[in-house]
Amino acid sequence: MAKKLESTFRNMVLVLFVVTLVASTAVGFINEFTKGPIAEAKQNKKLQAIKYVVPTFDNNPNADMYKVETADGGTLELYPAKKDGVLVGTAVKTYTKKGFSGIFWIMVGFNPDGSINNYSVLEHKETPGLGSKMEEWFRGEGKQSIIKKNPSATKFIVSKDGGDIDAITAATISSRAFLDAVQRAHNAYMKGLK
Amino acid sequence: MSQLNNFTKGFIKENPVFVLLLGMCPTLGVTTSAVNGLGMGLATTFVLVMSNLAISLVANLIPDKVRIPGFIIIIASFVTMVDMSMAAYLPSLHESLGLFIPLIVVNCIVLGRAESYASKNKAMPSIIDGLGMGLGFAFALTLLGGTRELLGSGKFFNFAIFDEGYGMLIFVLAPGAFLALGYIIAIINKLRKA
Amino acid sequence: MEYIIIIISAIFVNNIVLSQFLGICPFLGVSKKVSTAVGMTGAVTFVMVLATIVTYLIQKFVLDPFDIGFMQTITFILVIASLVQMVEIMLKKVSPSLYQALGVFLPLITTNCAVLGVAIMVIQKNYNLMESVVFSAATAIGFGLALVLFAGLREHLDLVKIPKGMQGTPIALITAGLLAMAFMGFAGIV
Repeated sequence: MAKKLESTFRNMVLVLFVVTLVASTAVGFINEFTKGPIAEAKQNKKLQAIKYVVPTFDNNPNADMYKVETADGGTLELYPAKKDGVLVGTAVKTYTKKGFSGIFWIMVGFNPDGSINNYSVLEHKETPGLGSKMEEWFRGEGKQSIIKKNPSATKFIVSKDGGDIDAITAATISSRAFLDAVQRAHNAYMKGLK
Repeated sequence: MSQLNNFTKGFIKENPVFVLLLGMCPTLGVTTSAVNGLGMGLATTFVLVMSNLAISLVANLIPDKVRIPGFIIIIASFVTMVDMSMAAYLPSLHESLGLFIPLIVVNCIVLGRAESYASKNKAMPSIIDGLGMGLGFAFALTLLGGTRELLGSGKFFNFAIFDEGYGMLIFVLAPGAFLALGYIIAIINKLRKA
Repeated sequence: MEYIIIIISAIFVNNIVLSQFLGICPFLGVSKKVSTAVGMTGAVTFVMVLATIVTYLIQKFVLDPFDIGFMQTITFILVIASLVQMVEIMLKKVSPSLYQALGVFLPLITTNCAVLGVAIMVIQKNYNLMESVVFSAATAIGFGLALVLFAGLREHLDLVKIPKGMQGTPIALITAGLLAMAFMGFAGIV
């Protein structure tokens, strides 16, 4: 094996500098290459979520996105879905900080009158098998479902707390948080309509 | 040792996870499903092979006193490249693995092999060593991930094997990782002694 | 008030070792005796808090303004590696006995996923500098708590008869699993 380069101060600094330079250049190069696809993947992900929660549309909700400020100082993004220029639904990317494992995000699709068309849980760290059930639970039958209900008319609070929606069995905290997020979305939507 | 031996040692005799007990953090952290385990294993294998190769080529140009920082920069660049590529082309896997992707840079296996093998051997054996260790790691992670997924939710690689209701939820949660790995290592120890 | 939540969450609810799986290598490796566990915690706390501060400043004043966020992994790990070198040199002078006791585990703090993990997390969680300092300090305390508890348990395990196949790592992991289960009880506090 060839002899190793001596550990003089000059050598050490020089080598580290060169290695860092080469490394940064290589990484920078890949960065340029992947910047586009990464941004595209992000937009796609949002578009998929929007498609899932509102009726069929032919505009670009991402381009028509508008923001509304919430009462607690946050900002929500609202994506209008239009067909032939007429509003068919609005997807709202909302959050709650009251989750069992902290903050989580859901996309709620409202019909023009403010009733719920559908929803999709985006990111969460709720307990798998318990809080994570919210991914499907609130689409279920009867009192646990939020589909077609309107927070202006129905109380979007868990029945345990005197409301009209049944919480997930054994996952009350996640359920409360979920409804908190939906309520926040609805408030922002109604505020944005004015 | 023969190159075949060099390659296969990573699977059983010197399996980084089960025998050498290295790389524990991702092992416990991302094995909630077989897919995640496999994904992480392959990403780490890529970094291992590339950094082993790079380091075996330049080891003599790096003065001894700064070899650790030098190796780290090289490893970190490959990790960043993997991180960016996954964000661009495999966004959902990138999201599931999350924080653990950049953490590949501190995976003791990568630095360990660089220090103990790649810096002292030629390119080809280093590549094979990296491949063997990496795939052994991937094997261990997929095994653990598959076990936890099967016991915890009745699925394997997302195929439902039995109904989710029969699953032992604990296995997809934090404690389950420790328990599953503990038992697997106990079984492997028994097999090795036999 | 926010700080109390950060502290309780970092130490108990989302304990870095028992629920986030960072810092496992030293957790399994240094936890055979309570005294070494305490020494290790001190070293890790120092590195973790200092590293978080430095990496935070680098992110805000170099990486973000120049839009070179992709250099995060490389710069962060270099900062941590240098800090660990510094700690090693300092410890050799100030407390040679602790330096001896920690042995090879001291340089291994560089590869402690918890340190790099925390540095990245505070950026992802969008904390300000003060919150980052509090979070990293609390996380280090949580690390220490898990380590010391585990060391205590292992010291007791040494006195008990364990089936041959389970000796060593397997029983340690099972014990860690039970400890993790206990910590799950904290969930929902914040």
